[in-house]
Amino acid sequence: MTKIVKEQKVKERLGKSRDKTDPCISRKVLLFITRHSSLIFFSALFLFPIYFMIVTSLMNRTQSLLYDLWPRPFVWGNYSEILKSLPFMRWILNSLLVAILCSIGGVLSSLPPAYALSRLEWRGRKIVTFIVLSSMMIPLQVTIFPSYWVYSHIGWVPSLFPLIVPFFFTDIFSIFIFRQFLIGIPDQFSESARVDGVSEISIMLKIVLPIIKPAIFAVTMLIFISSWNDFFMPSLFTSENPNLWTLPVGLAQIYGTHNYNANLMMAASCLFILPVLILFFVAQKYFIDGIKFSVVQR
Amino acid sequence: MLPWILGFLLLDAIPMIVSFYDSFTKFNILNPPKWVGFKNYIEIFTSDPLFWLALRNTLWWILFSILARLLLAITTAAILAKNRGNMKIFRTFFFLPAMIPTVAATIIFAFILNPVYGPINSFLHFIGVKNPPLWFYDPHWSKWGLLILSTWGIGDSMIIFLAGFLDLPDQLEQVAELDGVSAWKRFIHIKIPLLTPVIFFTIITGVFQGFQYFTQGFVISSESTDSSNSMYFLNTHIYIMGFKYFYMGYASALGWILMCLTLVITILLFKTQNKWVYYHNQGKKL
Repeated sequence: MTKIVKEQKVKERLGKSRDKTDPCISRKVLLFITRHSSLIFFSALFLFPIYFMIVTSLMNRTQSLLYDLWPRPFVWGNYSEILKSLPFMRWILNSLLVAILCSIGGVLSSLPPAYALSRLEWRGRKIVTFIVLSSMMIPLQVTIFPSYWVYSHIGWVPSLFPLIVPFFFTDIFSIFIFRQFLIGIPDQFSESARVDGVSEISIMLKIVLPIIKPAIFAVTMLIFISSWNDFFMPSLFTSENPNLWTLPVGLAQIYGTHNYNANLMMAASCLFILPVLILFFVAQKYFIDGIKFSVVQR
Repeated sequence: MLPWILGFLLLDAIPMIVSFYDSFTKFNILNPPKWVGFKNYIEIFTSDPLFWLALRNTLWWILFSILARLLLAITTAAILAKNRGNMKIFRTFFFLPAMIPTVAATIIFAFILNPVYGPINSFLHFIGVKNPPLWFYDPHWSKWGLLILSTWGIGDSMIIFLAGFLDLPDQLEQVAELDGVSAWKRFIHIKIPLLTPVIFFTIITGVFQGFQYFTQGFVISSESTDSSNSMYFLNTHIYIMGFKYFYMGYASALGWILMCLTLVITILLFKTQNKWVYYHNQGKKL
C-alpha cells in the first residue's frame, strides 16, 4: 500500500519537474553551470597559490616586486641562478637520500611487526597491539631530548644519521597502516598453506606480500613525502652545517636571513615541490588509499 | 620482530622515561642532569609569561583551525559528492595543496599575503577596502593569515569526508526526499549525523596536530620579526628553550605538560562522544 503511494508521489514529482523544464536543454545547461560554478570557483581558489608560485618564478627581479600575474618577458634564468648560487644541489641530494633511505627502512622494519600483530595468533597480541597503537599518541617533544642527547654523544650531531637510522628500527605509523591493510585480507590462503606445511616466512613472502603490494606502495610514498617535507627534525640535527641541510631547512634559512626576491624564492619552491607533484600524479591512487586506511576504525 | 622491539624500547619507551626524569632536573647538554624536584614545573606555571602566551596562542589555534578545517572540508567534500561525473579532476585540484611541503606553502603564502604588493591585498584595494590587514606583520592578523594557509591544505580531511559522503546509505536520503524534506535539512539532519564519526576523528587529529603546530609560525616569524610573539606556540617554546638555550630539563617539563594537555583534552572529547557521535554499526568505535 505505502509502496503504491510512494510511486504515485514519485510520478507526481516527476511530472511537476517536467512541466517546469519544458525547454529541457537550457535547463540542463543551467544545472550544469550552477553545479560546476561552485566547483570551478573553489578549485580556482585552491590552485591560485600554485599558479602564483609558477608565474612569479618566471619573472625578472623588478616585475616580481610588482606581483603581476603574468610574466613579461619569461625569464628562465631564475632556476639556473638558484641552482648555482646556493648549495642547492647539495640540499636536493640530501633530501633525496634521507627520503629514499627512510622509505626503504620504514617498509622493511614495519612490515614484519605489522604482520605479527595482524596475521599471527599468539598470546598477548591484543595488549601489544594496544601498546603500539597508543604509543602513536606520544608527542615527539617528550622523546626528543634524550634522543638528542644520545645522538650528540655518539657524534651524530650534526649529521643525517638521526633522521634515517630510526626508520630502520621502527615506524609506528607505518605499522599501523600495514596492519589496517593486513587485517582486511581473508585468512583462507595462508591457512591452507599452513596446513600444507609451508613455513611462516614463505607464507609471508609468497602469499601475503604480492597481495599487499598496494599497501607497500602507499606506505613507501607516505614516508617519502613526510620525510621530504619535514622541517623540525632536520633543523634540529643539521642546523650547524649548511652542507647537511635538507631542502625545507635550506629554504627556510634563505627565506629568513637573505630575504631573496620573490622570483628566486618561488623558483626554489618550485624545484622543492616538483618531485612531490610528480610522485602525486603518478601514484595518486595509492596516496588516497593510504589516507583512507589511516582512518578506518581501529 | 626483535629489531622492532629493540627499536621500540630504544626510540620510544626509554627516551620517554628518561625525559620524565629529566623534567625534574636542571640539565643542559654539557653537564649531567642535576635533580631539582618540581622546580621546573613551578617555574613554568608561576614565572614564565611566555608559556602562558604560547598556551593561549595554541588553544586559539586548535579551536579555530579545527573549525575552519571542518567547515571547508565538509563543504568541498559535499560539493564533490554531488558531482559524481567529473569528480576525479576536481578531487585532484582540491587535494593537490595538501601535498605541497609545509615550508614551501608557508613561503608562498608569505608572498601572497605580503601587505604591500601581495595579490590578496592588491585585490582588497581594488574592491575598495581602505586599510587591508597587514597579515603576518600585524599581531592581530598574523594568526588569521596562518589560518588561511592551513585551510589551503585541507585535502586530506576532504578525502576522508568525501569517502564518508559516498559511503552513506542511499535509502534514508531517498525516503526523506520523497517526503519533501528540503535539501538543506536533509544535509543537516541526515548526512551530518551519519558523518559524526568522521567529524570526531577530524577533531581528535586536529587537537594532536594543533599541539604540534610549529613550522609555519616559526618560518614566517623568522622573517617578519614577530616581536609581540603572536605566532609563538607551545611547540615553539619547547624548541626555543630546548635547542636554542639548551635548558633541556625545563624543555622536557614543557614537553610533558604538552603531552598531559593533549591527553586531557582527548579524554574529555572521548567522554563527550556518547552524546553526539552516532555509530552506524554499533560496537565499531574509534
